[in-house]
Amino acid sequence: MTRIVGIDLGTTNSLVAYMKDGQPCVVPDRNGRAMVPSVVALTDNGLIVGDSAKEHLTRNPERTVYSVKRFMGKGLTDVQSELAYFPYQLTETGGVIRIRLGEKTYSPPQISAMVLKELKRRAEAYLGESITKAVITVPAYFNDSQRQATKDAGLIAGLEVLRIINEPTAASLAYGLQKHTQGTIAVYDFGGGTFDISILKLKDGIFEVLATNGDTHLGGDDLDRLLVDLFIGQIQEQHGIDLSGYPDHMQIVRLEAERAKIRLSDDLKTKITIELPNDKGHFTRELTREQLESLAIPVIERTLAPCRMALKDAGLTPKDIDEVVLVGGSTRMPLVRHRVEALFGKAPHCHLNPDEVVALGAAVQADILGGGTTDMLLLDVTPLSLGIETMGGVMSSLIRRNTTIPASAKELFTTYVDGQTGVDIHILQGERELVKDNRSLARFRLKVPPLPAGVPRIEVTFLIDANGILNVTATDMRTGQSQSIEVKPSYGLSDTEVERMIEDSFKFAADDVNARKLIEARLDAEALLKTTNKSLTEAGHLIAAGEAEGIRNALSQLTTAKDAADPRTIRARMADLEQAAKHLNVVMLDDSLRKSLQGKKVTEVT
Amino acid sequence: MARSMCWHCQSAVTGEYFCERCVKVQPVSKETDYFTCLGFPRRLMLDSKQLEAKFYEMSRTFHPDFYQTKSPAEQTISLGNAAVLNTAYRTLRDPIQRAEYLLGLETGSVKDIRTSPPADLFEEILELQDTLEEYRASERDSQEGRALRATLETEQRALEQRKQDLEAQLQRLFTEWDQLQDRGEATSQARADRDRLLKQMRDLLSNRTYITSIVNDLATTIA
Repeated sequence: MTRIVGIDLGTTNSLVAYMKDGQPCVVPDRNGRAMVPSVVALTDNGLIVGDSAKEHLTRNPERTVYSVKRFMGKGLTDVQSELAYFPYQLTETGGVIRIRLGEKTYSPPQISAMVLKELKRRAEAYLGESITKAVITVPAYFNDSQRQATKDAGLIAGLEVLRIINEPTAASLAYGLQKHTQGTIAVYDFGGGTFDISILKLKDGIFEVLATNGDTHLGGDDLDRLLVDLFIGQIQEQHGIDLSGYPDHMQIVRLEAERAKIRLSDDLKTKITIELPNDKGHFTRELTREQLESLAIPVIERTLAPCRMALKDAGLTPKDIDEVVLVGGSTRMPLVRHRVEALFGKAPHCHLNPDEVVALGAAVQADILGGGTTDMLLLDVTPLSLGIETMGGVMSSLIRRNTTIPASAKELFTTYVDGQTGVDIHILQGERELVKDNRSLARFRLKVPPLPAGVPRIEVTFLIDANGILNVTATDMRTGQSQSIEVKPSYGLSDTEVERMIEDSFKFAADDVNARKLIEARLDAEALLKTTNKSLTEAGHLIAAGEAEGIRNALSQLTTAKDAADPRTIRARMADLEQAAKHLNVVMLDDSLRKSLQGKKVTEVT
Repeated sequence: MARSMCWHCQSAVTGEYFCERCVKVQPVSKETDYFTCLGFPRRLMLDSKQLEAKFYEMSRTFHPDFYQTKSPAEQTISLGNAAVLNTAYRTLRDPIQRAEYLLGLETGSVKDIRTSPPADLFEEILELQDTLEEYRASERDSQEGRALRATLETEQRALEQRKQDLEAQLQRLFTEWDQLQDRGEATSQARADRDRLLKQMRDLLSNRTYITSIVNDLATTIA
């Protein structure tokens, strides 16, 4: 059985986890960090991902993509109001947002695929085996298009996505595994870009979701923006500089706002320092937790209505909830904890690491699918009602929200005109009466044999699978023959486009590998330069002048090579330098050994 | 609930959900009703705990999570079976939906459950619709608006009470139905009782649906 990993593809950070001896564990990098920033940057040497890409946010803002999850499964009009906040350029083709990076444009699934590939590579390096299968998490309130886009991202990254699982329910699996709780729990998941609430009943290893609600456009990002607006307003006032004209400084402000917000979860006040453009000095101010909270209250209040709605749909009141579990970085804010406690009337459970619990739960689900864990079963629901357009622009609901998935509904279609050969069907998702107020998912044309009006009888089955993704099939009731349906997604990539992107991703894989090798070589070169310089300063007097000159020469050669774009040259110059400094290192070692032995008796050293 | 012949090895299926010869999962037949599917008799007073336990047990049998390593054909069957199971449980879990479903099974039609307003309420409802219209057109904070609101609130309470009465009556009919079924008599009296109960339940369910929609309408208007 090939290993299946669990992946939390987050707005701000992403993680990969796996199952080890019945316990889920996250995969760390060389420095022990598990989180990969969900950031992709285009550099002169190709695309880079994660921590090194994050450094480009301020250096190279127009070519550094962050928070791409907000654009998954969306069109440009959906995000019109926040375009001004993003320094990179967004366009739209075929109902799908495209991000311009240099000469090329990328769809959000392609950008997400780069993050996924980084996680895949990391897991492969750590586990020492090839990884091809994964469970990926999405916000529970993601609609069909957003789920499909996530699945596409996996495909493009070369991963078979065995399951799309909801983040709060993934968290509940990790929580349940650890705590063996029975009863009703609420999972409050407030992340970087999305908010979810899920109410679950845990009984004998069954995790039954009773109701879910949320907002896929509400998260810590929104708090950062409020701080950014505050700071740039004050900078304008005090220094007469409009920072909105400086994308790099806007990113500096955004990152400082995010860091200050995080610090204020522990401290009561913090100092803000922002470097101003054109050597105009610095903007500094103090920010108190109280000030942050007064700004944050309206955003946090927006999470409470979905909570009440979920309780109502579950037919429960706050006192029926036995435990509240917090997930997502934004739940570290004391104010969030207070508001959640006030709503549910009990202190929330926050002993699990809110950054890791979703990935850990994804690993548990992966283990269930792989046949490792057999005593746990998650019964999830569809977050939004699914329906079709009927006469007069009204949506007719076929599968209600909070229906346990897999869920199916059948609808019989016939014709109104003699000889009619097709029926157009428009599929929607949402809770409103009118078609225009709901999300258009897809359209398709049902083929009908030319017969007198009302004679054809085509049964269409709408099936929402365990991923929360819709599948449509049709059967001619007269002949019993099924017909294949080509669904055209309203806000998604077509199958052929996804296929092309998979091919592209293989084509560019070589470039990507090169970019990564370059980054690693540079990091290693920097470390070597630093230590050798130090040795030379400390012990240069112990070696011959000609030898020291040789080392200095190798140092400058490596410095030059480091700034060029060829990792092999860097490695070669590193080898040269190591060779040149070999004797120096031996001399240094002897010297330090001698020093440590000085003043000691022979008996002490033997 | 299984079909008579295994889709895979064509041998006769004697097991409940799996072919005993090749151990392949069998699709739930299209003719299987939700009571049979969950292994309950056609009764209206079902124990919700037992129903849940059975649902969980069958979810462990059919959920696609446990078929990930099986063949595509088995995966498709598990997906279809799980969807049927979920619909069956959702329908039977709620006493009202359960009764409406049973009426459909017994009389062959559910469509006429939601039809005309209850005869004895006809006048009252016409009047209420007028008051609602007046209230929608009035200034909420005016004296008239407040007076209309008070009338509507009284009306809402009365209708909610009525709905509760209807549910209590339905409850008695449900018990009566179950007792009749338990006796299992084939007399003409039993047949007459059956038809009478079905008609009474249909009328009450229809009235209840009608009143529920009016109460919801009222609640949203004066909220």
